[in-house]
Amino acid sequence: MRRALRLLALPALLFTVWYAASLGSENFYAPPLRTILAAFADTWTPERLRADVLPSLGRLTAGYALAAVLGVALGVAVGANRRLRAAAEPVLEFFRAVPPPVLVPVIMLFAGIGDGMKIIVIVSGCVWPVLLNTVEGVRAVDGVLSDTSRAYGVTGVARLRHLLLPAASPQIVAGLRQALSIAIILMVISEMVAASNGLGFTIVQFQRSFAIPEMWSGIILLGLLGFVLSELFRLAERFLLAWYHGLRDASRS
Amino acid sequence: MILRLSGLAGLLLLVEALPRLGLVADLPPTSRILTALADEAGTTAFWAAVGDTLTAWALGLVIAVAAGVTGGLVIGAVPALRAWTASTVEFLRPIPSVALIPLAVLLYGTSLGSTLLLVVYAAFWQVLVQVLYGVADVDPVADETARSFRFSPWARLRHVLWPTALPYVFTGIRLAAAVALVLAVTAELVIGAPGLGSVIAVAQSSGALPTMYALIVVTGLLGVAINIGARYAERRFLSWHQSVRAEMAL
Repeated sequence: MRRALRLLALPALLFTVWYAASLGSENFYAPPLRTILAAFADTWTPERLRADVLPSLGRLTAGYALAAVLGVALGVAVGANRRLRAAAEPVLEFFRAVPPPVLVPVIMLFAGIGDGMKIIVIVSGCVWPVLLNTVEGVRAVDGVLSDTSRAYGVTGVARLRHLLLPAASPQIVAGLRQALSIAIILMVISEMVAASNGLGFTIVQFQRSFAIPEMWSGIILLGLLGFVLSELFRLAERFLLAWYHGLRDASRS
Repeated sequence: MILRLSGLAGLLLLVEALPRLGLVADLPPTSRILTALADEAGTTAFWAAVGDTLTAWALGLVIAVAAGVTGGLVIGAVPALRAWTASTVEFLRPIPSVALIPLAVLLYGTSLGSTLLLVVYAAFWQVLVQVLYGVADVDPVADETARSFRFSPWARLRHVLWPTALPYVFTGIRLAAAVALVLAVTAELVIGAPGLGSVIAVAQSSGALPTMYALIVVTGLLGVAINIGARYAERRFLSWHQSVRAEMAL
């Protein structure tokens, strides 16, 4: 009970303050929250959700999943080979440092402006944190474990499945978490630059036509989406890394 | 070292060879990108754009760090405040900063303000969350010892909380510095605020491909420089700290 109160008190207070303070708002750009909420219900109808939010989510999922698979696969390959790692690291560090949105114009040249372009944009931005974290995780595999498994003849796929991936998984998950927020940013950006549907496209469309309450409702929806995705990620992480968190807590106390 | 350079050399050769062999159409060879880069470096407009981007980056970062550190220390030092704000922080943090682009356009148009809004919003949470972790990491024995010796709240902040939180503050600054550059360039690219991003957009729409690639390389180099600088600062200011001392001993 007390916990629920603590969780909800400040959000409720902020909501009330916003609602009350904006009630008589004459400011064109900051309409009353009541208007925004009404616009939210009118704007994000099931048809709208199907036409604009689903394609966005589809591209996000496809790009993110592809980046995760690519990043982990390449990361294991690079991380397990010392020479390759030394040669690849400066190049990878450079690509990671390029702000991903500047790749949008480049990828538009190669892939046009269809769904493929957006998915490639998301992959090209998300793959680096996953890749570099996987490299780091594979590199830092416990030496004793590594030698033991080699002595017992655990090689090839078994080595990957039972040693490298589990050992690197906390790092990989950290990389995936970074990649998730990049993926959302790139989904929105790629739709703002060139698209005919999607959340980013719709919100910019509202802004350009000065449909301010609708624009606000889109911002709120994007915020909710970001929140829900990060909560889902946390649940997945708790499930996947339960053994790791348990181990850490046990070694701490 | 030779291995490290060979990777870069390989990339440069690959980019030179692919278009020359006619395998990729929309990619100019390395030599032409480098020529375009040299041409750009001779113009004042280019340096003005770099200056604009770095100004937005630095200003935004300073504001975000100041706000994040102050907010983090205040929230972190008062347990009640921490408990009551946790859900709000967890809710606001994952909101993608690009969602604010339309709002920034309406409020500030294509001026520095819209870039700053996005940069500060994105960088602030990185710092705040790290500072909160840092304050939570305070050794209870040290804290209780300080209390037993009747340290004033200010002295506890200065001598117990701050040194514990400092490594986390630096991690936060490092993350925030990288994110701030991404958002600065993004805002310029999408909104058209002055800076490297808008110059890239112009180069793209006028079909000046080598220039566009050269400018993208510049943003990457800026990113690398910022990462290296942040890591260097971290080592320099935390040379007394366990984590850095252990690393240096190796």
